[in-house]
Amino acid sequence: MEPFTKIRSIATPLDKVNVDTDQIIPKQFLKLIQKTGFGQYLFFDWRFQSDGTPRKEFVLNHPKYQGSKILLARNNFGCGSSREHAAWALLDFGFRVIISTSFADIFYNNCFKNGILPIRVGEQVLQKLFETDGEVEVDLQNQAIRGDGIDVRFEIEPHWKKILLEGLDDIAATLLHQDEISRYESSHRDMNPKSS
Amino acid sequence: MSKTLFEKIWDSHVVVDEGNGRSLLYVDRHLVHEVTSPQAFDGLRLNGRKVRRTDLTFATMDHNVPTSNRSLPILDQTSAMQVKALERNCKEFGITLFDIDSPDQGIVHVIGPELGITLPGTTIVCGDSHTSTHGAFGALAFGIGTSDVEHVLATQCIWMEKPKTFEIRVEGKRRNPHAVTAKDIMLSIIKKLGTAGGTGAMFEYRGEAIEDMTMEQRMTICNMSIEGGARAGLVAPDEKTFDYLRGRRYLPDNYEKLVDYWRENLKTDANATFDRSFTLQAGEIAPQVSWGTNPAMTVDVTERVPFPEEYAKGNLEEEKAAAKALQYMGLKAGTPVMEIRIDRVFIGSCTNSRLEDLIEASRVVKGKKVSEGVRAMVVPGSQHVKKQAEDLGLDRIFKDAGFEWRESGCSMCLGMNPDILAAGERCASTSNRNFEGRQGAGGRTHLVSPVMAAAAAIAGHFVDVRDMDLS
Repeated sequence: MEPFTKIRSIATPLDKVNVDTDQIIPKQFLKLIQKTGFGQYLFFDWRFQSDGTPRKEFVLNHPKYQGSKILLARNNFGCGSSREHAAWALLDFGFRVIISTSFADIFYNNCFKNGILPIRVGEQVLQKLFETDGEVEVDLQNQAIRGDGIDVRFEIEPHWKKILLEGLDDIAATLLHQDEISRYESSHRDMNPKSS
Repeated sequence: MSKTLFEKIWDSHVVVDEGNGRSLLYVDRHLVHEVTSPQAFDGLRLNGRKVRRTDLTFATMDHNVPTSNRSLPILDQTSAMQVKALERNCKEFGITLFDIDSPDQGIVHVIGPELGITLPGTTIVCGDSHTSTHGAFGALAFGIGTSDVEHVLATQCIWMEKPKTFEIRVEGKRRNPHAVTAKDIMLSIIKKLGTAGGTGAMFEYRGEAIEDMTMEQRMTICNMSIEGGARAGLVAPDEKTFDYLRGRRYLPDNYEKLVDYWRENLKTDANATFDRSFTLQAGEIAPQVSWGTNPAMTVDVTERVPFPEEYAKGNLEEEKAAAKALQYMGLKAGTPVMEIRIDRVFIGSCTNSRLEDLIEASRVVKGKKVSEGVRAMVVPGSQHVKKQAEDLGLDRIFKDAGFEWRESGCSMCLGMNPDILAAGERCASTSNRNFEGRQGAGGRTHLVSPVMAAAAAIAGHFVDVRDMDLS
């Protein structure tokens, strides 16, 4: 996983509430068995007409936002299915930061696991970001968002901050607790299923 | 100290407590399916890791299996590849797999309880958001992403921030329990709380109406916890729970001893407090029909499709979303729900594909014909459900009425297999999500109960099943 430091980019304003993971990556693209290559299918039905031509009015197709690394979203972003393909598609498309007032729980976790920083902010801050025209800087070390007339701090769980800053392998870290896991297992054998 | 049921299960599974609200929890059962697992197995291979507890891991293929003739090969090459990958991975890593030809195959959340893999007081995870279904048994069960699937395969544990507790009380009795179902209760809850109402929390369902429910009804309730934003939903186990599981294949040898313990311990203490609480009266609930593109966009069958400002109650973002939903759904605000005509009917999914669902729906269908121009299908949740239904002659009732009777799988709930809606087609569906394109690009989904779906199939439009004789 690529370590996360500072991201500076124009922010893409996706002005929709309750965006579900079925919209982020429709089911017909869940059949790939690798983690890469999902970016081309991101927001597929919103980005493309049924004949495959881009929908000009959709914000991701606007020339101004090409190459953007920061996505602004309205409340409850990433609700619905647990598909991590949604995070893979956002990352593969180029987004490293998503800012919203709230995220669905499973999606929120999936972001961190893939080096995407989901940031929760208050409604007023989000609105200001939606209205800003210039570049926005997200500084994870100092937990700050800066832009034209914007300089705010955001909260993040310390664990996730560390994982992102260092690009850590989660599993290797957990396996340092082998002894505790084994101890738990030996004291809970009575719940094991019958082997057949 | 008094504890809620959730807190008891959480506390008994903590392997490492970091002291900051974050803990490493032990996972008692890990369910695996073909769509969200291939990348996890690849990760294990890349790092030379093994599956820590093959005996606690069970796999099946459900999301993109065809529901037509099982003796034929899977035509969609990418689906076939995913199914093959699961077979290969289970063989390589030594995991029990209920494959496409197995008599135990079915939707992962239907077969878990059926086989006695699901147990009270356990932690259960699966790379699928509807894992919340197993909470009906008093298990802490929730969906995870593929990175966490890999993490659980390798460590049998999962890191979690301790969520908030949220009590949902459903008081009193349903007026007509055949017409007003568990699905209607759950849609009513989501309608009131919104799809983000339970974000960061775990629901516990309590109250007389929940206690009165059968296990399969409780599964319908817990299944849709995620539609209310909660990762899990719980019901305290009782004698119905223990009876339902008794005799099932994978129960531990000391099941009765465990039952004695669960009976005493697996309940919220009298003085325990929840972070939040919400109450509704079962007697006030009517059959529900969703009109929009998320499950909170739902009204009583006797109501009209709302105007965006009426739905949004002052929230401008929600108002915009509602206007867009009406456009997508091809509906005019003010239209009585009972005048909405449908093209398709889908009875199935991990929400409503169990034997009771099919029995209830068959009562509506018996001796009648599907309305002209409507295409209707029943997709049992598992091969066991299918067989039990056939033993009762339900397949004949549905087929005689003009329904298609299919093999088990997720099917048109998410349309990863060939069962999809065409653009513009309108479907009465017993599934759990009415998101844009969920059942097929441009398809229009109305979420309803099995009896409401069956009645719509016969009438060609929505009807109030309270007006029918369902006894």
